[in-house]
Amino acid sequence: MAETAPLWAVVVLPLALVVLAGVAAGADAVLSAAHGGAGAWRRAADPWREAVRLLVQQPRRTRAADRWLGRIGIGLVPVAAVLAAAVVPWGLRPVTDPAVGVVWFNAMEALAWAAVWLAGWGPNSAFSLVGGYRFLAQGLAYELPHMLALTTAALGAESLRVGAVVAAQRGLWFVVWMPVAFAVHLLSAAALAFWGPFAHPLGRDVAGGAAAEWSGPDRLVLLAGRWLLLAAGAAFAVPLFLGGGHGPLLPAWLWTVVKTAAVLAALLGLRHLVPTVRMDRYMEVAWLVLVPLTLLQALVVAVVVLGRR
Amino acid sequence: MTLETTLLVAAALFCVGLFGALTQQSVVMLMMGLELMLGGVILGAAGVWRHLSPTADGQVLIVLAVTVMAVEMAVGFAVVTALFRTREADMTDMAAELRE
Amino acid sequence: MFGDVVFWVLSAVAVAAGVMVFRFDSMARATYALLLSLLCVGGLVVRLGLDYLGVVIVLMMTVEMALMAVFMVMYMMNPAGLMPMSMLHNTKGAAVVCGGLFVLLAAGIVLAPWPHRRGRPGDDATRALGESLMGPHMLTMMTLGLALFATIVATVVLATRRGRYDRFGDALRAPRADDPARGGVGR
Repeated sequence: MAETAPLWAVVVLPLALVVLAGVAAGADAVLSAAHGGAGAWRRAADPWREAVRLLVQQPRRTRAADRWLGRIGIGLVPVAAVLAAAVVPWGLRPVTDPAVGVVWFNAMEALAWAAVWLAGWGPNSAFSLVGGYRFLAQGLAYELPHMLALTTAALGAESLRVGAVVAAQRGLWFVVWMPVAFAVHLLSAAALAFWGPFAHPLGRDVAGGAAAEWSGPDRLVLLAGRWLLLAAGAAFAVPLFLGGGHGPLLPAWLWTVVKTAAVLAALLGLRHLVPTVRMDRYMEVAWLVLVPLTLLQALVVAVVVLGRR
Repeated sequence: MTLETTLLVAAALFCVGLFGALTQQSVVMLMMGLELMLGGVILGAAGVWRHLSPTADGQVLIVLAVTVMAVEMAVGFAVVTALFRTREADMTDMAAELRE
Repeated sequence: MFGDVVFWVLSAVAVAAGVMVFRFDSMARATYALLLSLLCVGGLVVRLGLDYLGVVIVLMMTVEMALMAVFMVMYMMNPAGLMPMSMLHNTKGAAVVCGGLFVLLAAGIVLAPWPHRRGRPGDDATRALGESLMGPHMLTMMTLGLALFATIVATVVLATRRGRYDRFGDALRAPRADDPARGGVGR
């Protein structure tokens, strides 16, 4: 359990994350086109086609832009996603399993949060800055319940090590006795990727928000980074709440893939069922409903853990 | 990575932060100086924990410093906001009459 | 050897970014330079063996600086630094004070007869911290919690523009709060 994956995993991890994000984006394109009738399956390659188009697109420039700072922000989004995914065990062996893996994931998620503001600030454009501010407000809304949800899983395992959290679910998955924390984590995974119901920072009402002025390869990195964040958030739900690689018959790595795909499918369903939520509305829901609920959940888990001793 | 080098880096951070806190006119920039000084304090405490007395007390000191950073920033911005609302002031020199 | 290189790189970046905080004209750059500096401090704390506190510093400082950037842009007259200007006072005095203090501190650090270490760092510093906070240092922890709570209340009181009398009328009898926008739980 404690042993980590071999060194080649460092190279494979970003690639695997990209493939996962690409498949999810393709599935999303198919779902979006499904309302239009037959031939929707052909849209599965759309994200990759769009990526190639952005690669060769002539970049647009804005006046007096802080290009450097904006690019740092844009670059940080996928980097934070990959760094966050580094503590996710694929199968039973993570790329790295630091003693404080759960906190590390949270820190990287916060880094992506700060990065999106930079991406909005960089182009010196009002709409994109509005998008950046929206994401800051949204971050304040989702971070607090999310931290409590992560804490709850760590509490249940009595360890901040992701490997130990997986090991603690050998018998019973955490999702069974921490349903609130799991639901909050799913919502937060969508929110931290500013995606689906939480896409307000990139909303159409502000002409694309934080991504409004970015074009060409820059835009590709930002939008791909967003899918990578979503994939990382979904993948992290598996070791935290869904028993990681534990499962009958299939090998551990395959279970991880199946579970991650299931979480991503649930998130895709959420996106197509729920309209975009304004962040100030979600703020009130998060602080008045989700925080007390997650605190109660943590209390229940703490009592169970104490009673088990 | 000896005690001396760690403490020297911490002292350098503290002094840079102090310089900022003393020279900046804007309240928000002044607070950035304070944050930098507390960063130096944290590093110094971590160095002492590692090289002199690896008990939990040193870690508690760091927790304290981090909390102070959070409190300082929250209260600082609240005060600036209140000041700005009442008299459009965001510079320390403008708020000097508060002394009387 | 590798550890030394990491230490010196992180230290150099931390101090250099700290200096750049006060040299950048753009407030966004200054804030994120401070973030870089404090991230390096977090990295150094991890290198010193305090994994949990180091990562928590990274987490907290990221959130703090992202919020700080908002206030910087809000309150500075020249947030993007497009027109370079100086907003300093008493530079010379401060330079003397800080330079003098650094020399003093450095002399003390180099010349002091530091005692030898008592005890070894335990295997699990995080556990030690947790047990200490929930045991002998419980009072510290509770005081910190109380201070943070007081901070929340104080900041809201200081910064809010609309109190309950604005929302519910002078007699607090309005059936529905008079808010510019309805919140998420339907109030």
